[in-house]
Amino acid sequence: MGWLFAVARGLQERDRRAIWRALGPLAVGHACAIAAAIVFVATVGRVAPLGFMRWMVAAILVLVGIDGLRRHRHVQLKGMRVSARELATWSFLMASAHGAGVMVLPFILGVAVPMPAGMSEHHAMSSVARSSGAATAGLVNVDAVAIVAPAVHTLGYLVATVVLALVVYERLGVRVLRRAWINFDLIWGVAMVGAGIFALVP
Amino acid sequence: MARLLPDPTFYPSPRMAIEAPTETLAYVALLSSGENGMKDALGVVDTNPDSADYGTLVGRLDLPTAGNELHHFGWNACSSHLCAYAPNPHMERRYLVLPGTHSSRIHVIDTHPDPRSPRLAKVIEGEEVMAKTGYAAPHTVHCGPDGIYLNALGGPDGDGPGGIFMLDHETFEVRGAWERDRGPQHLAYDFWWHLGHEVMITSEWGTPNMVRGGVNPELLLAGKYGSALHVWDLRRRTHLQKLELGAEQQMVLELRPAHDPRRSYGFVGVVLSLKDLSSSIWTWYRDEQTGTWATRKVIEIPAEPADPSVLPPLLKGFGAVPPLVTDINLSLDDRFLYVSCWGTGELRQYDVSDPFEPRLVGSVHIGGIVRRTSHPKDADRPLNGAPQMVEISRDGQRVYITNSLYSPWDAQFYPDGIRGWMAKLDVKPGGGIAFDKEFLVEFEDGLVPHQVRLEGGDASSDSFCYSE
Repeated sequence: MGWLFAVARGLQERDRRAIWRALGPLAVGHACAIAAAIVFVATVGRVAPLGFMRWMVAAILVLVGIDGLRRHRHVQLKGMRVSARELATWSFLMASAHGAGVMVLPFILGVAVPMPAGMSEHHAMSSVARSSGAATAGLVNVDAVAIVAPAVHTLGYLVATVVLALVVYERLGVRVLRRAWINFDLIWGVAMVGAGIFALVP
Repeated sequence: MARLLPDPTFYPSPRMAIEAPTETLAYVALLSSGENGMKDALGVVDTNPDSADYGTLVGRLDLPTAGNELHHFGWNACSSHLCAYAPNPHMERRYLVLPGTHSSRIHVIDTHPDPRSPRLAKVIEGEEVMAKTGYAAPHTVHCGPDGIYLNALGGPDGDGPGGIFMLDHETFEVRGAWERDRGPQHLAYDFWWHLGHEVMITSEWGTPNMVRGGVNPELLLAGKYGSALHVWDLRRRTHLQKLELGAEQQMVLELRPAHDPRRSYGFVGVVLSLKDLSSSIWTWYRDEQTGTWATRKVIEIPAEPADPSVLPPLLKGFGAVPPLVTDINLSLDDRFLYVSCWGTGELRQYDVSDPFEPRLVGSVHIGGIVRRTSHPKDADRPLNGAPQMVEISRDGQRVYITNSLYSPWDAQFYPDGIRGWMAKLDVKPGGGIAFDKEFLVEFEDGLVPHQVRLEGGDASSDSFCYSE
């Protein structure tokens, strides 16, 4: 949703530079969320067996997914004129709550998961995950992945955000929201549950 | 329930909302004092000119009780749900939330599946509202991006302070008082906001104890009713500024901020000046140099001299009818401001393209304390009450008015008892208003109409987060 916030700021200030100003904090928050998820699993992974890790990640994914399907719960900003730090924090919480970070985990655990259509920003992950996933017996390569994964993921997120924000701001206009704002929570929730099940496939 | 695409009645900007289809139904709050066993109700009026039932009451949901004093109800969800900072675009505009100012009860009404036969979905008892918020006498509902906002006139003991509280927009759970720091604010009446500037504006009427028994002449002449606006930080929920209009300006009521979220001005009506019984409209605005807010009086409507023998007891001593401006409304293009003169029986239309230089471009008379002007549908029959609640269609082409203000005040200013009616005006493109001769809904004895909400939204139901 970061892209739409950036568009709103651009329109409010009648200045496309406001879009660019919003992007930095959004990217930082997103990267931190993924890094945090990886660090968390790596830490737990040092003491817990892989089988347990799979079940834990699967359970988290399914629970977050079901919760997303059940209610419109969003991490919300408090207003339109929030500071860069608040924006970064929101981006972090949003990515965490929507499970973007957790979703990287099946790859780290050595499981390749097909990505849902429409979540283009996550496509970049597949190749990284597959290459690292093949070599991962246990959590040997986690340290390298912990650096590469958030970087690639964030780059993907940033590109998707910039493209969406600029296309809507410059070309389509916010009118497009009425017809094209698909309920990704619905799709995302289903994807989360799917990813959780895949995490259990050996 | 979650939708796959946004509710089609949500519009990103006010300009897009103007393109919305013509409303086919209007919902009207119908107030009963409980005489003859009648209950409060939500009326459904057919506003589709192609319908055989055009201009008639086609549905009525009776509530379980009477005497709730149903005031400014609103939707659970609206265009503000498209806001980027708290997006909830896939919720439905479906439930009407009706606050009862006398009972503190809140009724939630479901307009699905048949919008002509709304059903009662939930009743939040006054005790629960008071226990969870510390407030009583809820009055106005606005749907915010992150929940339903309501305000209340005071506390459970009937004194101040009044303030804002919230309901969850999915479960209708009472979320509690809104303010973190209320500063000097004590009296409450209306509230609305500038979402693009993160500012809430509130106005002042009186506490429940000051208004329930009707206008109290002693309090009024002492200037004890509200005379100020308050500016709040919408994000931090803190008081920023008190804008005093002058102690002689009594009862500062309806707030109509510009719909365009980039604009930082709005209009408020003042019922009475102690100096000369005039009513006035003020523009509030943000001073770009200092970043602070200020007000300026832009319209003054004088009282009209009258024979004391035809005046209600409260006014006999003055020998004049005050205009009693008690509702105003602003079209979605921020161009036309409608002003209800409930005393003199007039609806005025001002062009406020320049918010500091309004131009009077239209006027009609109907009812009135002295005039009792008839409606063109039945030109020989005098009507009582007068234009009070005014609602504008999203395209700005139709205006609906009802004639009851507030039960204790109705009895003071129209002691013969208000006979409830609802009328419709057509708006000429460049300005000017005229009655639709076919449209006069008269309600049965004992039910008086107040707030009107139009199907899909209207000019005071939605807030917008995007400019064009």
